[in-house]
Amino acid sequence: MSLALKALKKSPWIFHVNTGACNNCDIEILDCLTPRFDVERFGVVLVGSVRHADVLLISGPVTQNILPRLKRLYEAAPRPIKVVAFGACGCRCGIFRDGYNVVGPMDKFIPVDAYIPGCPPKPETIISGIVKVLNQL
Amino acid sequence: MQAVMYIVRYLVFPGFVFSAVVGLLTTWVDRKVSARVQLRVGPPWFQPFADTIKLFGKEVIVPSNARWTGFLLMPIIGLAAATLASTILWSVNLAPERTFIGDTLVTLYVMTIPALAMIIGGSASGNPLGALGSAREMKLLFAYELPLTIAFLTTIVKVGSFSFGKILMYQQYNGVMLGSVSGVLAFIVAIFCAQAKLGFLPFDIPEAETEIAGGTHIEYSGAPLAIVRLNTAIMYLVVPLFIITVFWGGVNFTGWRILTSVLKYVAIVVIMVLIKNTNPRVKIAQAVRFFWGPMFAISAIAMILAIIGY
Repeated sequence: MSLALKALKKSPWIFHVNTGACNNCDIEILDCLTPRFDVERFGVVLVGSVRHADVLLISGPVTQNILPRLKRLYEAAPRPIKVVAFGACGCRCGIFRDGYNVVGPMDKFIPVDAYIPGCPPKPETIISGIVKVLNQL
Repeated sequence: MQAVMYIVRYLVFPGFVFSAVVGLLTTWVDRKVSARVQLRVGPPWFQPFADTIKLFGKEVIVPSNARWTGFLLMPIIGLAAATLASTILWSVNLAPERTFIGDTLVTLYVMTIPALAMIIGGSASGNPLGALGSAREMKLLFAYELPLTIAFLTTIVKVGSFSFGKILMYQQYNGVMLGSVSGVLAFIVAIFCAQAKLGFLPFDIPEAETEIAGGTHIEYSGAPLAIVRLNTAIMYLVVPLFIITVFWGGVNFTGWRILTSVLKYVAIVVIMVLIKNTNPRVKIAQAVRFFWGPMFAISAIAMILAIIGY
Protein backbone atom coordinates (compact mmCIF):
# COMPACT_ATOMS: atom_id res chain seq x y z
CA MET A 1 0.00 0.00 0.00
CA SER A 2 1.43 3.38 -0.96
CA LEU A 3 2.09 6.11 1.58
CA ALA A 4 -0.52 8.45 0.11
CA LEU A 5 -3.18 5.76 0.37
CA LYS A 6 -2.19 5.03 3.96
CA ALA A 7 -2.49 8.75 4.73
CA LEU A 8 -5.87 8.85 2.98
CA LYS A 9 -7.15 6.24 5.42
CA LYS A 10 -6.07 8.46 8.30
CA SER A 11 -7.72 11.63 6.98
CA PRO A 12 -10.88 11.05 4.96
CA TRP A 13 -12.47 14.43 4.21
CA ILE A 14 -16.17 14.21 3.69
CA PHE A 15 -18.31 16.34 1.39
CA HIS A 16 -22.00 16.12 2.12
CA VAL A 17 -24.50 16.28 -0.74
CA ASN A 18 -28.25 16.48 -0.28
CA THR A 19 -30.07 15.29 -3.40
CA GLY A 20 -33.57 15.85 -2.08
CA ALA A 21 -33.55 14.35 1.42
CA CYS A 22 -35.95 15.49 4.12
CA ASN A 23 -33.05 16.91 6.22
CA ASN A 24 -33.29 14.21 8.86
CA CYS A 25 -30.17 12.41 7.60
CA ASP A 26 -28.28 15.70 7.50
CA ILE A 27 -28.98 16.30 11.19
CA GLU A 28 -27.62 12.83 11.98
CA ILE A 29 -24.42 13.61 10.05
CA LEU A 30 -23.90 16.67 12.25
CA ASP A 31 -24.40 14.42 15.28
CA CYS A 32 -21.20 12.61 14.34
CA LEU A 33 -19.20 15.80 14.87
CA THR A 34 -20.57 16.42 18.37
CA PRO A 35 -18.58 15.58 21.55
CA ARG A 36 -20.33 12.23 22.00
CA PHE A 37 -19.04 10.71 18.76
CA ASP A 38 -16.32 13.19 17.63
CA VAL A 39 -15.24 11.68 14.31
CA GLU A 40 -12.39 14.22 14.13
CA ARG A 41 -10.52 11.71 16.33
CA PHE A 42 -10.12 9.65 13.15
CA GLY A 43 -9.26 12.66 10.99
CA VAL A 44 -12.73 12.97 9.47
CA VAL A 45 -13.53 16.57 8.55
CA LEU A 46 -16.59 17.98 6.80
CA VAL A 47 -15.28 20.17 3.96
CA GLY A 48 -17.08 22.96 2.15
CA SER A 49 -15.86 22.39 -1.41
CA VAL A 50 -16.11 19.21 -3.47
CA ARG A 51 -12.54 19.74 -4.71
CA HIS A 52 -11.25 18.93 -1.21
CA ALA A 53 -13.34 15.78 -0.80
CA ASP A 54 -12.24 12.14 -0.40
CA VAL A 55 -15.69 10.75 0.34
CA LEU A 56 -18.99 11.95 -1.11
CA LEU A 57 -21.74 11.34 1.46
CA ILE A 58 -24.97 11.59 -0.53
CA SER A 59 -28.36 11.59 1.19
CA GLY A 60 -31.82 11.51 -0.36
CA PRO A 61 -33.56 10.20 -3.47
CA VAL A 62 -32.39 11.79 -6.71
CA THR A 63 -34.87 14.38 -7.98
CA GLN A 64 -35.16 15.58 -11.57
CA ASN A 65 -33.65 18.99 -10.80
CA ILE A 66 -30.65 17.70 -8.87
CA LEU A 67 -29.67 14.95 -11.34
CA PRO A 68 -27.40 17.02 -13.68
CA ARG A 69 -25.82 18.69 -10.65
CA LEU A 70 -25.16 15.33 -9.02
CA LYS A 71 -23.37 14.09 -12.13
CA ARG A 72 -21.30 17.29 -12.31
CA LEU A 73 -20.39 17.04 -8.63
CA TYR A 74 -19.18 13.48 -9.15
CA GLU A 75 -17.07 14.59 -12.10
CA ALA A 76 -15.69 17.59 -10.19
CA ALA A 77 -14.36 15.51 -7.30
CA PRO A 78 -10.63 14.68 -7.39
CA ARG A 79 -9.76 10.98 -7.70
CA PRO A 80 -9.55 8.68 -5.75
CA ILE A 81 -13.10 9.35 -4.58
CA LYS A 82 -15.51 7.12 -2.69
CA VAL A 83 -19.29 7.51 -2.87
CA VAL A 84 -21.53 6.56 0.03
CA ALA A 85 -25.31 6.31 -0.37
CA PHE A 86 -26.82 7.53 2.86
CA GLY A 87 -30.17 6.70 4.44
CA ALA A 88 -33.13 4.66 3.25
CA CYS A 89 -33.84 7.21 0.49
CA GLY A 90 -30.24 7.22 -0.68
CA CYS A 91 -30.20 3.44 -0.98
CA ARG A 92 -33.66 2.72 -2.49
CA CYS A 93 -35.62 6.04 -2.58
CA GLY A 94 -37.51 5.10 0.63
CA ILE A 95 -40.96 6.62 1.05
CA PHE A 96 -40.38 8.96 -1.90
CA ARG A 97 -40.18 6.01 -4.34
CA ASP A 98 -43.42 6.93 -6.14
CA GLY A 99 -42.87 10.70 -6.07
CA TYR A 100 -43.62 12.51 -9.36
CA ASN A 101 -40.22 14.20 -9.43
CA VAL A 102 -38.04 11.29 -8.23
CA VAL A 103 -35.97 9.71 -10.99
CA GLY A 104 -34.53 6.86 -8.95
CA PRO A 105 -31.85 5.85 -6.46
CA MET A 106 -28.42 7.34 -7.09
CA ASP A 107 -26.71 4.05 -8.03
CA LYS A 108 -28.58 4.25 -11.33
CA PHE A 109 -26.49 7.31 -12.26
CA ILE A 110 -23.12 7.17 -10.46
CA PRO A 111 -21.08 4.25 -9.04
CA VAL A 112 -21.73 3.77 -5.32
CA ASP A 113 -19.15 2.13 -3.03
CA ALA A 114 -21.19 1.67 0.13
CA TYR A 115 -24.75 1.89 1.40
CA ILE A 116 -25.69 3.09 4.88
CA PRO A 117 -29.38 2.20 5.42
CA GLY A 118 -31.71 3.59 8.07
CA CYS A 119 -34.26 6.36 8.39
CA PRO A 120 -32.17 8.10 9.58
CA PRO A 121 -29.06 5.94 10.21
CA LYS A 122 -27.67 6.09 13.74
CA PRO A 123 -24.27 7.81 14.14
CA GLU A 124 -22.76 4.43 15.05
CA THR A 125 -23.98 3.08 11.70
CA ILE A 126 -22.47 6.06 9.87
CA ILE A 127 -19.06 5.56 11.49
CA SER A 128 -19.16 1.82 10.73
CA GLY A 129 -20.07 2.57 7.10
CA ILE A 130 -17.21 5.05 6.68
CA VAL A 131 -14.77 2.52 8.17
CA LYS A 132 -15.95 -0.12 5.68
CA VAL A 133 -15.48 2.29 2.77
CA LEU A 134 -11.93 3.07 3.89
CA ASN A 135 -11.12 -0.63 4.21
CA GLN A 136 -12.02 -1.05 0.53
CA LEU A 137 -9.09 1.21 -0.46
CA MET B 1 30.43 28.63 0.41
CA GLN B 2 28.46 31.50 1.90
CA ALA B 3 25.79 31.07 -0.77
CA VAL B 4 25.46 27.34 0.03
CA MET B 5 25.01 28.20 3.71
CA TYR B 6 22.24 30.65 2.84
CA ILE B 7 20.48 28.05 0.68
CA VAL B 8 20.72 25.40 3.41
CA ARG B 9 19.38 27.91 5.93
CA TYR B 10 16.47 28.75 3.62
CA LEU B 11 15.56 25.18 2.71
CA VAL B 12 16.32 23.16 5.85
CA PHE B 13 17.01 25.01 9.09
CA PRO B 14 15.51 27.40 10.08
CA GLY B 15 13.78 27.65 6.71
CA PHE B 16 11.36 25.41 4.89
CA VAL B 17 11.65 21.94 6.50
CA PHE B 18 11.86 23.18 10.07
CA SER B 19 9.10 25.79 9.64
CA ALA B 20 6.80 23.33 7.91
CA VAL B 21 7.18 20.68 10.63
CA VAL B 22 6.76 23.12 13.51
CA GLY B 23 3.93 24.94 11.69
CA LEU B 24 2.04 21.69 11.07
CA LEU B 25 2.50 20.72 14.72
CA THR B 26 1.07 24.14 15.65
CA THR B 27 -2.02 23.49 13.54
CA TRP B 28 -2.38 20.25 15.50
CA VAL B 29 -2.18 22.24 18.78
CA ASP B 30 -4.88 24.50 17.33
CA ARG B 31 -7.18 21.60 16.45
CA LYS B 32 -6.55 19.79 19.74
CA VAL B 33 -7.18 22.88 21.89
CA SER B 34 -10.31 23.67 19.85
CA ALA B 35 -11.51 20.11 20.44
CA ARG B 36 -10.84 20.28 24.18
CA VAL B 37 -12.70 23.63 24.39
CA GLN B 38 -15.70 21.91 22.77
CA LEU B 39 -15.34 18.88 25.14
CA ARG B 40 -14.21 16.63 22.27
CA VAL B 41 -11.13 14.40 22.12
CA GLY B 42 -9.57 15.86 18.99
CA PRO B 43 -7.25 14.42 16.32
CA PRO B 44 -3.96 12.58 17.01
CA TRP B 45 -0.67 14.48 16.71
CA PHE B 46 0.18 13.19 13.20
CA GLN B 47 -3.12 14.42 11.73
CA PRO B 48 -1.76 17.50 9.85
CA PHE B 49 1.06 15.38 8.38
CA ALA B 50 -1.40 12.69 7.23
CA ASP B 51 -3.58 15.41 5.64
CA THR B 52 -0.61 16.89 3.77
CA ILE B 53 0.73 13.54 2.50
CA LYS B 54 -2.76 12.51 1.42
CA LEU B 55 -3.28 15.74 -0.51
CA PHE B 56 0.01 15.26 -2.39
CA GLY B 57 -1.33 11.90 -3.57
CA LYS B 58 -4.65 13.23 -4.86
CA GLU B 59 -5.57 14.27 -8.38
CA VAL B 60 -4.79 17.89 -9.32
CA ILE B 61 -7.70 19.57 -11.10
CA VAL B 62 -7.35 22.87 -12.94
CA PRO B 63 -10.81 24.21 -13.84
CA SER B 64 -11.30 24.77 -17.57
CA ASN B 65 -12.06 28.49 -17.12
CA ALA B 66 -9.17 29.07 -14.70
CA ARG B 67 -5.96 30.85 -15.59
CA TRP B 68 -3.58 28.01 -14.80
CA THR B 69 -0.40 30.12 -14.47
CA GLY B 70 -1.81 32.27 -11.69
CA PHE B 71 -3.82 29.44 -10.23
CA LEU B 72 -0.88 27.06 -9.81
CA LEU B 73 2.02 29.49 -9.31
CA MET B 74 0.50 31.64 -6.59
CA PRO B 75 0.51 29.01 -3.80
CA ILE B 76 4.21 28.41 -4.48
CA ILE B 77 5.02 32.14 -4.37
CA GLY B 78 3.06 32.46 -1.13
CA LEU B 79 4.94 29.50 0.33
CA ALA B 80 8.30 30.97 -0.70
CA ALA B 81 7.41 34.29 0.96
CA ALA B 82 6.19 32.67 4.16
CA THR B 83 9.38 30.59 4.32
CA LEU B 84 11.50 33.72 3.78
CA ALA B 85 9.75 35.54 6.64
CA SER B 86 10.24 32.51 8.88
CA THR B 87 13.92 32.25 7.94
CA ILE B 88 14.63 35.91 8.71
CA LEU B 89 12.80 35.79 12.05
CA TRP B 90 14.46 32.56 13.23
CA SER B 91 17.93 33.61 12.10
CA VAL B 92 17.65 36.87 14.00
CA ASN B 93 16.29 35.16 17.10
CA LEU B 94 18.96 32.46 17.11
CA ALA B 95 21.83 34.86 16.42
CA PRO B 96 20.99 38.58 16.87
CA GLU B 97 24.20 39.64 15.09
CA ARG B 98 22.77 38.29 11.80
CA THR B 99 20.42 41.27 11.62
CA PHE B 100 20.57 43.92 8.88
CA ILE B 101 19.16 47.43 8.76
CA GLY B 102 15.52 47.36 7.72
CA ASP B 103 14.91 43.64 8.22
CA THR B 104 11.77 44.51 10.20
CA LEU B 105 10.35 46.30 7.18
CA VAL B 106 11.31 43.42 4.88
CA THR B 107 9.54 40.96 7.17
CA LEU B 108 6.47 43.17 7.42
CA TYR B 109 6.25 43.35 3.62
CA VAL B 110 7.00 39.67 3.04
CA MET B 111 4.32 38.69 5.55
CA THR B 112 1.64 40.27 3.33
CA ILE B 113 2.71 38.28 0.24
CA PRO B 114 0.91 35.02 1.19
CA ALA B 115 -2.34 36.99 1.48
CA LEU B 116 -1.68 38.72 -1.88
CA ALA B 117 -0.88 35.36 -3.47
CA MET B 118 -4.17 33.93 -2.26
CA ILE B 119 -6.01 36.98 -3.63
CA ILE B 120 -4.53 36.38 -7.09
CA GLY B 121 -4.93 32.60 -6.86
CA GLY B 122 -8.56 32.90 -5.81
CA SER B 123 -9.44 35.30 -8.59
CA ALA B 124 -7.56 33.16 -11.15
CA SER B 125 -9.63 30.11 -10.21
CA GLY B 126 -12.55 31.20 -12.40
CA ASN B 127 -15.03 30.48 -9.64
CA PRO B 128 -17.43 33.26 -8.54
CA LEU B 129 -17.10 32.23 -4.90
CA GLY B 130 -13.32 32.26 -5.27
CA ALA B 131 -13.50 35.80 -6.65
CA LEU B 132 -15.77 36.77 -3.75
CA GLY B 133 -13.24 35.34 -1.31
CA SER B 134 -10.46 37.30 -3.03
CA ALA B 135 -12.41 40.55 -2.78
CA ARG B 136 -13.02 39.95 0.91
CA GLU B 137 -9.38 39.05 1.53
CA MET B 138 -8.34 42.30 -0.15
CA LYS B 139 -10.68 44.40 2.01
CA LEU B 140 -9.50 42.57 5.11
CA LEU B 141 -5.87 43.21 4.13
CA PHE B 142 -6.55 46.93 3.83
CA ALA B 143 -8.34 46.84 7.18
CA TYR B 144 -5.76 45.10 9.38
CA GLU B 145 -2.51 46.33 7.87
CA LEU B 146 -3.00 49.89 9.18
CA PRO B 147 -3.36 49.10 12.93
CA LEU B 148 -0.74 46.33 12.70
CA THR B 149 1.83 48.68 11.19
CA ILE B 150 1.14 51.41 13.74
CA ALA B 151 1.29 48.92 16.63
CA PHE B 152 4.61 47.71 15.31
CA LEU B 153 5.88 51.29 14.90
CA THR B 154 5.40 51.94 18.64
CA THR B 155 8.26 49.53 19.24
CA ILE B 156 10.33 51.21 16.53
CA VAL B 157 9.71 54.62 18.15
CA LYS B 158 10.88 53.31 21.53
CA VAL B 159 13.94 51.51 20.22
CA GLY B 160 14.86 54.05 17.56
CA SER B 161 16.05 51.48 15.04
CA PHE B 162 14.62 49.43 12.17
CA SER B 163 16.53 46.21 12.84
CA PHE B 164 15.41 43.17 14.80
CA GLY B 165 18.83 42.88 16.41
CA LYS B 166 18.50 46.33 18.02
CA ILE B 167 14.91 45.57 19.11
CA LEU B 168 16.03 42.34 20.81
CA MET B 169 19.05 44.05 22.39
CA TYR B 170 16.89 46.93 23.70
CA GLN B 171 14.45 44.48 25.27
CA GLN B 172 17.30 42.55 26.86
CA TYR B 173 18.65 45.65 28.66
CA ASN B 174 15.51 47.74 29.26
CA GLY B 175 12.87 45.05 29.84
CA VAL B 176 10.34 43.71 27.34
CA MET B 177 7.89 45.97 25.49
CA LEU B 178 5.01 44.28 27.31
CA GLY B 179 6.25 45.92 30.52
CA SER B 180 5.11 49.39 29.38
CA VAL B 181 1.60 50.78 28.87
CA SER B 182 2.12 51.49 25.17
CA GLY B 183 3.57 48.00 24.70
CA VAL B 184 0.52 46.32 26.23
CA LEU B 185 -1.89 48.35 24.07
CA ALA B 186 0.12 47.64 20.90
CA PHE B 187 0.29 43.94 21.83
CA ILE B 188 -3.51 43.71 22.12
CA VAL B 189 -3.89 45.34 18.69
CA ALA B 190 -1.27 43.00 17.22
CA ILE B 191 -3.06 39.89 18.57
CA PHE B 192 -6.33 40.91 16.87
CA CYS B 193 -4.51 41.75 13.63
CA ALA B 194 -2.78 38.35 13.76
CA GLN B 195 -6.21 36.78 14.05
CA ALA B 196 -7.19 38.43 10.76
CA LYS B 197 -3.82 37.73 9.14
CA LEU B 198 -4.14 34.01 9.81
CA GLY B 199 -7.78 33.92 8.70
CA PHE B 200 -9.18 32.80 12.05
CA LEU B 201 -12.59 33.40 13.45
CA PRO B 202 -13.98 36.03 13.96
CA PHE B 203 -12.13 37.20 10.82
CA ASP B 204 -12.19 34.07 8.63
CA ILE B 205 -14.45 35.98 6.22
CA PRO B 206 -12.40 35.21 3.06
CA GLU B 207 -12.43 31.46 3.67
CA ALA B 208 -15.85 31.11 5.32
CA GLU B 209 -16.41 27.35 4.87
CA THR B 210 -20.11 27.35 5.65
CA GLU B 211 -20.90 30.48 3.69
CA ILE B 212 -18.79 30.64 0.52
CA ALA B 213 -17.45 27.07 0.68
CA GLY B 214 -13.78 27.85 1.20
CA GLY B 215 -13.61 31.16 -0.70
CA THR B 216 -10.13 31.57 -2.13
CA HIS B 217 -9.36 27.85 -1.59
CA ILE B 218 -12.51 26.58 -3.27
CA GLU B 219 -11.05 25.28 -6.55
CA TYR B 220 -7.74 23.97 -5.18
CA SER B 221 -7.33 20.20 -4.99
CA GLY B 222 -4.47 17.77 -4.47
CA ALA B 223 -0.91 19.11 -4.30
CA PRO B 224 -1.77 22.85 -4.70
CA LEU B 225 -4.20 22.55 -1.78
CA ALA B 226 -1.45 20.90 0.26
CA ILE B 227 0.84 23.83 -0.56
CA VAL B 228 -1.87 26.33 0.40
CA ARG B 229 -2.29 24.54 3.72
CA LEU B 230 1.49 24.41 4.30
CA ASN B 231 1.51 28.12 3.60
CA THR B 232 -1.10 28.69 6.33
CA ALA B 233 0.83 26.41 8.68
CA ILE B 234 4.08 28.36 8.20
CA MET B 235 2.26 31.67 8.68
CA TYR B 236 0.93 30.15 11.89
CA LEU B 237 4.55 29.93 13.02
CA VAL B 238 5.65 33.29 11.61
CA VAL B 239 2.98 35.60 13.02
CA PRO B 240 3.26 34.56 16.72
CA LEU B 241 7.05 34.62 16.39
CA PHE B 242 6.89 38.14 14.94
CA ILE B 243 4.73 39.28 17.86
CA ILE B 244 7.07 37.62 20.39
CA THR B 245 10.13 39.20 18.76
CA VAL B 246 8.67 42.68 18.64
CA PHE B 247 6.83 42.81 21.99
CA TRP B 248 8.03 39.97 24.20
CA GLY B 249 11.80 39.78 23.99
CA GLY B 250 12.15 37.13 21.30
CA VAL B 251 12.90 33.43 21.71
CA ASN B 252 16.19 32.02 22.93
CA PHE B 253 17.50 28.46 22.91
CA THR B 254 20.32 28.60 25.42
CA GLY B 255 19.89 26.66 28.67
CA TRP B 256 16.65 26.93 30.61
CA ARG B 257 15.38 29.74 28.37
CA ILE B 258 14.22 27.07 25.89
CA LEU B 259 11.35 26.45 28.28
CA THR B 260 10.24 30.10 28.55
CA SER B 261 10.57 30.52 24.76
CA VAL B 262 8.31 27.56 24.03
CA LEU B 263 5.89 28.73 26.73
CA LYS B 264 5.68 32.22 25.19
CA TYR B 265 4.92 30.71 21.77
CA VAL B 266 2.31 28.27 23.08
CA ALA B 267 0.72 31.02 25.22
CA ILE B 268 0.21 33.27 22.17
CA VAL B 269 -1.13 30.36 20.09
CA VAL B 270 -3.56 29.36 22.84
CA ILE B 271 -4.78 32.97 23.25
CA MET B 272 -5.51 33.07 19.52
CA VAL B 273 -7.24 29.67 19.56
CA LEU B 274 -9.42 30.75 22.49
CA ILE B 275 -10.43 33.96 20.67
CA LYS B 276 -11.16 31.80 17.63
CA ASN B 277 -13.37 29.39 19.57
CA THR B 278 -15.42 31.97 21.46
CA ASN B 279 -16.41 34.29 18.63
CA PRO B 280 -18.79 34.07 15.68
CA ARG B 281 -17.82 35.21 12.18
CA VAL B 282 -18.35 38.94 11.58
CA LYS B 283 -19.35 40.58 8.32
CA ILE B 284 -16.66 42.24 6.21
CA ALA B 285 -18.08 45.73 6.94
CA GLN B 286 -17.99 45.02 10.67
CA ALA B 287 -14.41 43.79 10.39
CA VAL B 288 -13.27 46.93 8.54
CA ARG B 289 -15.12 49.15 11.04
CA PHE B 290 -13.48 47.22 13.92
CA PHE B 291 -9.96 47.66 12.57
CA TRP B 292 -10.27 51.24 11.38
CA GLY B 293 -12.25 52.28 14.49
CA PRO B 294 -11.31 50.89 17.91
CA MET B 295 -8.13 49.11 16.84
CA PHE B 296 -6.78 52.17 15.03
CA ALA B 297 -7.66 54.34 18.03
CA ILE B 298 -5.90 52.02 20.48
CA SER B 299 -2.81 51.77 18.30
CA ALA B 300 -2.73 55.56 17.86
CA ILE B 301 -2.96 56.02 21.66
CA ALA B 302 -0.14 53.49 22.08
CA MET B 303 1.93 55.43 19.55
CA ILE B 304 1.39 58.77 21.36
CA LEU B 305 2.24 57.14 24.71
CA ALA B 306 5.41 55.69 23.19
CA ILE B 307 6.45 59.11 21.86
CA ILE B 308 6.03 60.80 25.25
CA GLY B 309 7.88 57.98 26.94
CA TYR B 310 5.39 55.54 28.51
